[in-house]
Amino acid sequence: MKYKSQKVAYWFFALSMLLLVLQITYGFIMGFARIGMDGLHEFIPFNTARAVHTNLLVVWLLSGFMGAAYYIIPEEAQRELVSVKLAYVQLISLAVVGVVAVVGYHFNYWEGRKFLEIPRPLDYLVVVNVLLFLGLILVTLFKGKRRTTTALVLSMGLLFAALLYLPGMIPFDSQVMDSFFRWWVVHLWVEGVWELIMGGILSFLLIKLTGVDREVIEKWLYVIVGLTFLSGVLGTGHHYYYIGVNKIWIIVGGIFSALEPLAFLAMALFAVNMYRKGEKKHPNKLALYWTLGAAIVSFVGAGLLGFAHTLPQTNLYTHGTLVTAMHGHLAFWGAYAMIVLAIISYSLPNMTGRKLYDSSRGRMAFWMSNIGMIGMTVAFGVAGVAQVYLERKFKMDFMQVQAEISIHFVVLIICATLFATGITLYIIDFYKHGKPTDEALEIKR
Amino acid sequence: MLSKKQARAFFLGGTVVTFLIFIGLTVYSFSKEQDQSNYGKITEQVVRGKQLWESNNCMGCHTILGEGAYYAPELTKVIDRRGKGYIKAVLMTPQPWQPNGRKMVAYGFSEQEAEDIISFFDWIDDIDLNGFDRVVSPLAKDKLNN
Repeated sequence: MKYKSQKVAYWFFALSMLLLVLQITYGFIMGFARIGMDGLHEFIPFNTARAVHTNLLVVWLLSGFMGAAYYIIPEEAQRELVSVKLAYVQLISLAVVGVVAVVGYHFNYWEGRKFLEIPRPLDYLVVVNVLLFLGLILVTLFKGKRRTTTALVLSMGLLFAALLYLPGMIPFDSQVMDSFFRWWVVHLWVEGVWELIMGGILSFLLIKLTGVDREVIEKWLYVIVGLTFLSGVLGTGHHYYYIGVNKIWIIVGGIFSALEPLAFLAMALFAVNMYRKGEKKHPNKLALYWTLGAAIVSFVGAGLLGFAHTLPQTNLYTHGTLVTAMHGHLAFWGAYAMIVLAIISYSLPNMTGRKLYDSSRGRMAFWMSNIGMIGMTVAFGVAGVAQVYLERKFKMDFMQVQAEISIHFVVLIICATLFATGITLYIIDFYKHGKPTDEALEIKR
Repeated sequence: MLSKKQARAFFLGGTVVTFLIFIGLTVYSFSKEQDQSNYGKITEQVVRGKQLWESNNCMGCHTILGEGAYYAPELTKVIDRRGKGYIKAVLMTPQPWQPNGRKMVAYGFSEQEAEDIISFFDWIDDIDLNGFDRVVSPLAKDKLNN
């Protein structure tokens, strides 16, 4: 750690860990409900568990991105954050909004729009919170000694993520328009601007871990984010095939969605090549595992599995089935969860001064969580494909099909247990690092 | 070999061009001539139904237009499949609806509210979904054909 104010990142990461545990807990509630064990239905019906599960995912990832920005921006801009106090105010307000939203979901206080369930009054608080965060980051960047491409791409991603939240707040009478603009937020976040954030964090980590020249890494960063937008913006069309808008989206969405894996492939090749090229062998092996893992798993989860059902001919049958859950789980895990876990693994020893670089617990956490998540993806996939055939080809009733595929949810729960064990080990490792301290500051020679 | 400046131009240029096309296509899709959703037929009752649909997070279990949570049945074409009487009974019952053991929250809607939601489903059923309406609910299709 080079600047004292970077320590604030630790608390954003700690909040992320806490919310991740809660997210997994609600995931289990849903998994058990699917095999008929829904004893909590009175207090936590499925729609509550689902809203909590997906919203906590968004909030813990955002908290992780914010922590990453608070760690990366001072180091890139070569100056302290403009205000540490305001950063803590921002952290607390983020946590409060998150908690109020999640508690509200248990009392039918929500908007009931997939992924954007946060009720409108809380939306305004989210906007204020994000504006404060962006203010702190951007002012630090522009007052800094240098403006690197890595910092600019990361900040641009965060700024666009904030702007794209707004279309989701426009009220519509038509379900079709509502759905259409909801994807402006959700798709353009996860298959657009969040990839800028991911690219920025990945570039920072590769510079630090491989020692490859910044100019080379940042040049390829531009190419990758360029490919992301080139394919991802019009690729939004794959959400519009069958929701009641013009057929033109079937052509446009089909073509550009097919290009989307290219951006993820480029990212995976970029990370692996930079690692091979690198002469510096950084001792933090765990951070390297998570960094390369994020680049590779995101290609499989977001790129390949996304491609598997965005072809219009396939999507006609898979739209609105568990096939989407299959893609969603591995995509979010690979692209965003793993990159947050990577920046935590890299920065934690630097902030606390405890160099637990290559613990067997850390390695177990990596492998168990990844194998568990791949198992969950397969379980969702098999259930989804079976659902497509039974329901849409053999015309069986929805609930009859659900009974037929419930065995796959038993497999899902077993794999989720392995995954959760991996995450538990990761959090124990997090805890064992202790708290951030000024003594961990690197002294300039 | 590609320079950093060229790489940046590719990123900025590509982003601006694709985003402009995207906005253009959005405007085109929602022009009156291209409407596939019978926008003009959205009555106050349909809007009230949509509000009830949202304020109770029905999408947290069901799907509509293929979007939702895959825990409970798709509700596009549900009127063709089940009939209005059945849907009204499900919406108004004070007891938790429990088909095949999977529980639904007992909302106990009033008759007016149930009719609002049904009118929302009615509007949904007439949307041209580019062929998905025939796939999503094959049972409804068969019922209509017979």
